Order: sequence, then structure tokens, then C-alpha cells
Amino acid sequence: MHHKLTTPITDEAIRALHIGDTVSLNGIVITGRDAAHKFLVDRYVKADVIAAEDKDLYDELKKLLDGGIIYHCGPVVKKNEDGTYSFVAAGPTTSIREEPYQADVIRHFNVKGVIGKGGMAANTLAACAEQPAVYMHAIGGAATLIAQSVKEVVTVHKLEFGVPEAMWVIRVEDFPVVISMDSHNKSIHDIVQAESQVKYKELLGI
Amino acid sequence: MQNPVDQDLTDAFVELIRHAATVLPPDMEKAIRAAKDNEEPGSAAEGAFFTILNNVEMARDASTPICQDTGTPIFEIHYPLGVSTRRMAEQIRKACAIATQRSYLRPNAVDSLTGKNSGDNTGVDFPTMHFHEWEEDTIHVDLLLKGGGCENVSTQYKLPDSGLGAGRDLEGVRKVVLDAVYQAQGKGCSPGVLGVAIGGDRGASYIKSKQQLLRPLEDKNPVPELAALEKRIYEEANALGIGPMGFGGKTTVLGVKIGALHRLPASFFVSVAYMCWANRRATMNVQPDGKVDYAS
Repeated sequence: MHHKLTTPITDEAIRALHIGDTVSLNGIVITGRDAAHKFLVDRYVKADVIAAEDKDLYDELKKLLDGGIIYHCGPVVKKNEDGTYSFVAAGPTTSIREEPYQADVIRHFNVKGVIGKGGMAANTLAACAEQPAVYMHAIGGAATLIAQSVKEVVTVHKLEFGVPEAMWVIRVEDFPVVISMDSHNKSIHDIVQAESQVKYKELLGI
Repeated sequence: MQNPVDQDLTDAFVELIRHAATVLPPDMEKAIRAAKDNEEPGSAAEGAFFTILNNVEMARDASTPICQDTGTPIFEIHYPLGVSTRRMAEQIRKACAIATQRSYLRPNAVDSLTGKNSGDNTGVDFPTMHFHEWEEDTIHVDLLLKGGGCENVSTQYKLPDSGLGAGRDLEGVRKVVLDAVYQAQGKGCSPGVLGVAIGGDRGASYIKSKQQLLRPLEDKNPVPELAALEKRIYEEANALGIGPMGFGGKTTVLGVKIGALHRLPASFFVSVAYMCWANRRATMNVQPDGKVDYAS
């Protein structure tokens, strides 16, 4: 089934999504990968007190991520002559590296969707069921195509992490994704792994 | 006309990088097209291939990167007697910086201690360069852009491996390579190409496995045992049903290429270089009259 969604996304809209569904995503998305996830968890989720220098960004991210979307992506970015930025190539990066952080980030910020590739594991799936939220699979390597659906780079946070690791706030139109983990405890990745395991054991004789 | 021995090839290297980052080699595109036609109409696997092929065309037309992870640039350079490899290495590093400025490459070189990105794809032993002197009078350069996602699922085995029932023979090699494909699932941007090296020390084995990725998909291994093993692993890996992106499907690998090295009596390594479907390789030849041509 195909859906069209615009951020901020409601819980009802998330519950209506099932693995295998395709989505055209619209609205605001924030990129965040390894450095960003470590930062979010160390400085916000697990911090007893939020440091004064991190407070403004915290307030900003709480607004953007409430009902919002995190995209595991380290883009190729062009700086335009007027000082604005454009995305040149922006496919997903492998999501499993964020597994130690993702569930905490989903719960703390009320994130509704995580876009990436390769799927995630049990902690994230549990957070998706509970929050609710979904994991949205973009096509790995389809960087030029996805960059076309990024209509505007609104701003960037933590550029000192480097271009790939910074948190880019982007506005997207009809960003194509497949729901590969839904809020009903179903994961395409678990299903394919289990099915391939049968054949794998047969081929190895183990 | 300049003698290629003295020629400044910086601009040519920039073009080689642009070509590798933005134009998928025709053999890869052909194999992906065949894989798409082989999937069930309307399946997620067919949809993934459709998106991949659209992206390949768009990247080529716009001269923008096929994938945003432009990877580790790995240069394999064959050169005639008299070329200064020190000067050529400087030209390659300069070309990487220029290609980054022009958005053909993402800034990808990160200081492992400070976490700081150098911003221009140069750093300690970055990019990777291997120089080989040869008898020809031309300069021949192969460039592979090896992405990080597939590098993270690349791996090395030490035989025997009792858990996998893999002994020190080609049957053992078969088992560990299939294990690598199974463990990777869709995380290395399947369908992948497998570069495999048997033997060597750990370092030589990994290098040899990556060099296998430069071989055209349709070539035939001159060693009959390895040709047979390549064919068998190709068929069995595809029988795993992992499919593009790990969505499930009929194509999990697009090619298997195996090379062998001498090893120590004590060691039997098998290295598996997993390359994503975006197997970005390009070639440049510099003739004695200074003429440069490119191919992928």
C-alpha cells in the first residue's frame, strides 16, 4: 500500500503503516548519523543537566523531532555563492551502527520515523512498537535521485562534526521510502534473515 | 607532446575521479538491469532495482555522485621506468582535493584521534595508492571508490574454522565466503560483488581481495578450479534469497572474483571484500605521446 505523509506525523498515521508499504515523505527531516547520535544521547538523553552551551540546540531539536524524522545520511553538499547550501548526493548510510542509541533517541524526542538502510535490531523495533514509530528504508546508493527530493537546506547544526556527520535540517518533497520495520513488531530484516538462514545452514551443512 | 614520464596528470586524475564517482561501469549496469527483469513484478526487490537504475542514469546525466559515500579512493598505478611515483602521488592527492571542491567526492578523510575531517580527502595514507612498475611504455591507472557501508561488512577468516565446518581447502573457502554473504544481509547495499583472496598474510590478503573487484564481471578466471568456485559461490549466494537491500529477492550478488596468493605453512587466510552494487571503478591510460583516455 502507498501512503503520502507530511511532518509532523501523528501516532494514528504511524499505526496505519505496515512492512512492505511505500511512502512519499514530505516536510522537515534532520540528518544524523554516528557523531550526532552519540551527541544526542551523551548530552541530552543521558545528561543529568543540560550544559548552557547545548541548551538552544536542545530546544530547537525538541521542536523539530517531536513527530519528526531522523535520516541516517552523510550527504555531499555544495555551498552556493549566496552562502546557502544544496544537497548534491544524499543516500542513506548503514543504520545498524546507531542501534545502541536509536531507541533512546526515539523515546526522548518522540521521533516518528527513522530513515536509513540495512535495517535495525530488537531495541529499535521495541521502541517503534511502544512510541509508536517506524523504520523507513531508503534505497542505498540512490544518492543523486534522493538529492532531487531535497528541495531546501533549511539550516545546519554541528557543522564542526564535518559535512557527513553534521545535522542538516532539510525540507523534502516525495522522498521515496519503504517501511521495513513497523510499529507492530514486524521487520522485513528479521523475516529475510530467518528465511536465508535455513538455506545458509543447508549450504554449509551445519 | 610531453613524455608521460614528466607530464603533470593532476587534471587527468580529477577526470578519472569524476568518471568513477558518477558513471557506473556498463557491465555493472547491464547486470543490474538483468537482475531487475528477473524479480517478481511489483515486488520490493523490483522496486529497489528500478530506483537504482533511475539513479544511475540521473547521476551520469548530471555528473553527480552515484552514491554520497564516495568511499576510500584506491588507486592501482602501473607505470614505466622513469616515472617519479613521489610526484605522481602528490598529483593524486591534489586531484582528490580538487574533486572534493567540485562535489565529485564527499570529504571522507577523518583523523582517527581527533575525529576532525580534513575536508579534502587527503590524510595519513589517504587516499590509498599502490604503484607497480611494468615493462609497457604507457601509464595505466585503475581507480576503485570503495564505500564504507560495504567495507564494514567485508571480513577475513582464518582456516580451519570449526564453527563453520570449514577446512583448509576450496570447500572451506566456499563455506566462509557464503558465511560472509549471509552475515552481511542487506547491510553492504546488496546485490554486491565479492572480491575474494585466498592466502597471503593478513595485509596482502585484504589488498588482493580488493584488487579482484577491478575485474570485469564477465571475465573468466584463468585458473579452472577458481573459475568453478566463482560460479558455484555465485549460484549459492543467490540461492540465499537476501535480495537487493535485504528486501528478499533472487539476486544477492552480481559477481564473485577469486584470487590466490602464496601463504605461510601456518596461516590460511580468506579475505572477502564486499563491494556494494555501486561498484565504482574507472580506468585511465596515458600513451607515450601524452594522450589520455578513460574507460569504466
